[in-house]
Amino acid sequence: MGLLDKHGAIERNASFLLVGSLLVVSIGGIVEIAPLFYLENTIEKVEGMRPYTPLELAGRDIYIREGCYLCHSQMIRPFRDEVERFGHYSLAAESMYDHPFQWGSKRTGPDLARVGDRYSNEWHVRHLTDPRSVVPESVMPTYAFMKNTPLETDLISSALKANAMVGVPYDESMIENALSDLHAQANPDLDSSGIEGRYINVRIEDYDGNPEMVSEMDAMIAYLQMLGTLVDFSTYEPEANYR
Amino acid sequence: MRNITSTIVVGFGTFATLLLAAFAQDSAFRIHMLIIAMSLGIATIILLRMVNFTPAIKDDPNEYMDGPIRVGSILTMMWGVIGFTQGVIIASQLAWPEFMWEPWFSFGRMRPLHTSAVVFAFGGTALITTSMYVVQRTCRARLFGGGLAWFVMWGYQLFILLAATGYLLGITQSREYAEPEWYTDIWLTIVWVAYLVLFMGTLIKRKEPHIYVANWFYLAFIVTIAMLHIVNNLAMPVSFLGSKSYSLFAGVQDALTQWWYGHNAVGFFLTAGFLGMMYYFLPKQAERPVYSYRLSIIHFWSLIFLYIWAGPHHLHYTALPDWAQTLGMAFSIMLWMPSWGGMINGLMTLSGAWDKMRTDPIIRMMVLAVAFYGMSTFEGPVMAIKAVNGLSHYTDWTIGHVHSGALGWVGMITFGALYYMVPRLWNRGGLYSIRMVNWHFWLATLGIVIYASVMWVSGITQGLMWREYDSQGFLVYSFAESVAAMKPYYILRMIGGLLYLTGGCVMAYNIWMTILGRKRNERPIPGSIPANAQPAE
Amino acid sequence: MDYGIFREFADSWGLVYMFVIWLGVLIMLFLPGSKSKAIDAAGIPLRDETIVPEDKNNE
Repeated sequence: MGLLDKHGAIERNASFLLVGSLLVVSIGGIVEIAPLFYLENTIEKVEGMRPYTPLELAGRDIYIREGCYLCHSQMIRPFRDEVERFGHYSLAAESMYDHPFQWGSKRTGPDLARVGDRYSNEWHVRHLTDPRSVVPESVMPTYAFMKNTPLETDLISSALKANAMVGVPYDESMIENALSDLHAQANPDLDSSGIEGRYINVRIEDYDGNPEMVSEMDAMIAYLQMLGTLVDFSTYEPEANYR
Repeated sequence: MRNITSTIVVGFGTFATLLLAAFAQDSAFRIHMLIIAMSLGIATIILLRMVNFTPAIKDDPNEYMDGPIRVGSILTMMWGVIGFTQGVIIASQLAWPEFMWEPWFSFGRMRPLHTSAVVFAFGGTALITTSMYVVQRTCRARLFGGGLAWFVMWGYQLFILLAATGYLLGITQSREYAEPEWYTDIWLTIVWVAYLVLFMGTLIKRKEPHIYVANWFYLAFIVTIAMLHIVNNLAMPVSFLGSKSYSLFAGVQDALTQWWYGHNAVGFFLTAGFLGMMYYFLPKQAERPVYSYRLSIIHFWSLIFLYIWAGPHHLHYTALPDWAQTLGMAFSIMLWMPSWGGMINGLMTLSGAWDKMRTDPIIRMMVLAVAFYGMSTFEGPVMAIKAVNGLSHYTDWTIGHVHSGALGWVGMITFGALYYMVPRLWNRGGLYSIRMVNWHFWLATLGIVIYASVMWVSGITQGLMWREYDSQGFLVYSFAESVAAMKPYYILRMIGGLLYLTGGCVMAYNIWMTILGRKRNERPIPGSIPANAQPAE
Repeated sequence: MDYGIFREFADSWGLVYMFVIWLGVLIMLFLPGSKSKAIDAAGIPLRDETIVPEDKNNE
């Protein structure tokens, strides 16, 4: 009988355990994560940051699709050797339009946060097609298929729109002209006034050397070539941004 | 009879996924949905034919519901072998990069397949299976909700199928250990809520007045994973008929959210859940109560208090604000104490029965698991110290650390639980072979030791090569040279994994034979039976 | 809600809340009589594990 009398209290116990542990575990997240959304100085004030162009965004999606982040970080730490090897340490502002972030956690290959402008387009094409032809020690997979695979572009303006909905400052005209901007960036023969008006510091090149089609290789290299090149470090003051 | 509802549901699922494939907006989503439709179609056919070749299991409400647990035990074993094989494959890919086939089987798509196969398929199925076993027996009540347990078990397997096929197609959110895309996440949320209802429902209808501590750990695991999963996967799909989505958060906020998730997936999935396993199966196998029940309760509350704060240690020296990094480091170091409290509690359970270490390979396996729990939870706080992390981050040291936890702690405690459960679930007198358990133990142990030590050496070598300066103040090594230096370690690591996999295969054979009801003719382990019961030789 | 209020709440009342639970657990564990309860609870997995039939539970 004693067992039955306690029944109500026992039921409360199970629910107490549930609610209690939920409360305990949620506090950590609230205190740690929530402030980052409120603190004004989480992200530095810098000049030069802009959203990705449609071609770069498509390239970034391929970068994610192929799991590049599993071997390449995009986060240079403020150490002497890293800065000498890879360039200026990474700023929070540089990934402010990254949904999701690509900081990575492992360097089986080198950091790519500032790989933009370091190598020629031809080098990238050769490297992605057969990494060991340019870096004999490399253990990178080959990505030869990218050169022959046409880029899927049907959803490109929807992709920009989805980014706009989560806070990337793409305006109406950027979303509307996404497809034509994508083609304009991969082909220097097309009219570039539109895209240059919408995006600052944009490289317009035939990245994969094949003017016949916009391939996945075009998008991938367009993305790699802009990595870490946007922020103007001549106007950046580290002391003012210490957090 | 009993298959009618499920057949209709699965058949409907086949039709729905076919429709989704027909209206898909991108090619990856179309292929993905076709694969799922095909699998569900096959499942429907099997279900339709079920009546013919399975003996009707009578659903007696006065018996424990062990059907889903039997299925889960076999699946756990299967996923284990698949996950370890996958690990050996990607280890070989790093040693011999020619061993990749673009685009589907390149390292970048295969690695999430390996991590998810081990963590979510092997570990997750083991947790669901053992939690169903433990909660019934410590509550002395049948699982709540009729067929709900079946839905949880197969629903979770569908999640694994969605995730795994998605990775090979390149469908990923790029959030480590949370790679599946938005629709797979929604499906997992549904299954997980059902799991919570199942577990809570069983707790509430229990006949034992006290809730045994193993269930506390299981409950904390279920609740916290639900919270982490939902917050970390908030995203905006490009199209509701497409595979791609963009994370709700960006940059720093996104990184911290992801590692708050990532670290607590370790804390609550790979630690709390498996501690629930330890607190039940270790006392059962040792046939003595846990060393200190009160210590286990302190262990519980301290662990869930502290773990949730430790995430930022994955982001030391990054663009994350300094205060958050320091907070993460402080809590990580504090975590050492409850972890070791738990380890001591587990080990001391054997006090007075240490001889079982010699005579019972299953106990030995569990004890090794607890020892590795202690080792990993010591190594973890050390690596969370900023100065150490400066060297260890981005290197193989982290990989070694994860594997000493995953192979040593998670793997070994699961093997122990399987060896305990299977003979009881199928009503067999005992395992097919105890000596094979012994073989499994030594193969696995040797594998882990090789793996972990090789990764230490390679990780520290890597870290030191990257920061080596000569007397002129120039960097000594190019990055490519550090890659080349890793080759022997990558080969050795693959061999360590191969040993562990071999152990897993020995287990699979042993358990399969046990299920078939066979008994191997072998000499007993010396000392395992009292001298007077020893058969004459 | 602004960050200041949020943070202030978390590191005052939030901290108190966590500390109180922690202390409560400790006190509960070491109250006289709780030792025998703990020993009893520790025995749960080792006792008779057969199911208690549902129908005996009509309240």
